[in-house]
Amino acid sequence: MLFTDLYTYSLVGLGALFFCTGTIGLLRFPDSLSRLHALTKADNLGLGLVVIGLLPQTHWPLGAMKLIAVWLLAVLASTTVGQMVGEAIRRGVPFR
Amino acid sequence: MTLTLFADLGLLIILLGLAIITAFARPAFVAVAAYMAYGLVMALAWVRLAAVDVALTEAAIGSGLTGMLLLGAVAWNQRQTEAHPRRRQIRLQVPATHPLLIIVVAAVCAGVSAVLAWVVVTLPEPPTLQVEQVRLALPATGLGNPVTGVLLAFRAIDTLLESVVLVFALVGVWSLADDAAWGGRPRSLRLVQHSHALTLLGQLLPPFGVLMGLYLFWAGADAPGGAFQGGTLLAAMWVLALSAGLAKVPAVSNRQLRLLISIGSLLFLAIGLAGWAGGVGFLGYPAGWSKALILIIEATLTLSIAVTLGMLVAGRPHRALPR
Repeated sequence: MLFTDLYTYSLVGLGALFFCTGTIGLLRFPDSLSRLHALTKADNLGLGLVVIGLLPQTHWPLGAMKLIAVWLLAVLASTTVGQMVGEAIRRGVPFR
Repeated sequence: MTLTLFADLGLLIILLGLAIITAFARPAFVAVAAYMAYGLVMALAWVRLAAVDVALTEAAIGSGLTGMLLLGAVAWNQRQTEAHPRRRQIRLQVPATHPLLIIVVAAVCAGVSAVLAWVVVTLPEPPTLQVEQVRLALPATGLGNPVTGVLLAFRAIDTLLESVVLVFALVGVWSLADDAAWGGRPRSLRLVQHSHALTLLGQLLPPFGVLMGLYLFWAGADAPGGAFQGGTLLAAMWVLALSAGLAKVPAVSNRQLRLLISIGSLLFLAIGLAGWAGGVGFLGYPAGWSKALILIIEATLTLSIAVTLGMLVAGRPHRALPR
């Protein structure tokens, strides 16, 4: 009981750290492509860590599968959006 | 206890911040983006208030669909500006307003809020009594979700009118068409610049999205969900396929399309009238039949809502049909 809680705290905390670094990168990086990179990479990893951390806290297997499905869908959506924003930047659409 | 209070407080602060950005952002695009984020955070707030049905609707319609319509308006305005730079534009940006007007508008808003709050506080009977009535009457409908019970059995007239309003809204959008384009297809939602990533998403996501949309409708009888949430998800998948260029927007004169748009309200109305003719009252269900009839109504409503919302996003007819 205590061990799984400790596991959850540390992995969710690590995930939150990735979200924080991603956000700092989004705010501080000089150009749009780097900012996009910081956002998509760090957020996907952060969300993945949060999901892995929460796995032992849910019902096995349905709750866990739902969590993993949420992660996969978020990865799919953010990958696509990242690609499309990247394509738009390369075409010269101005992003501040 | 204190931890959840902390989280709720954070949620409130983010919500207020996003609302302020939405209200005060000068570029229309920023305001719309903040509004969509506001809708998603609002959905989280509804979950915290244990109103999961409202949260689903807020996320799907409040944030997703309304945001999409507003983004379409922003893009339209931009196209107009580029095409006719000298014509006077509809101002989507917040104009510089006289401070007195701001004070008057703020006072009116505060007054309306105060009157609403006063009405809610001084309601003739405490709302808990109605909750108790719904709980007692729910087993007769065969449903497990009290929200669906209210929407389709106890206050079915409201839902019927909502579904009709949606059809009228679409007719209103269509009637903005130029005379030459009447009956034709709306402007294609396909991106001008082809994106392989979007094509992949358009091929990969719809099977899951359609499954989830149907699940939301089916689960609505006993758990949070229902026709509006499920229909919006189906519409989103259709719009995704349209913008990836994998499907074509139908012409608004298409008879099948018009049937799909109106069948939900028509069937709802027909079953309601049948109840009146059968002696259980308008929109009443005969004993033992309510669950089956509600499911049939919800299924056709889901379909009609999906098609209507998709066509709302597509907008007014733009190109005339080839003769």
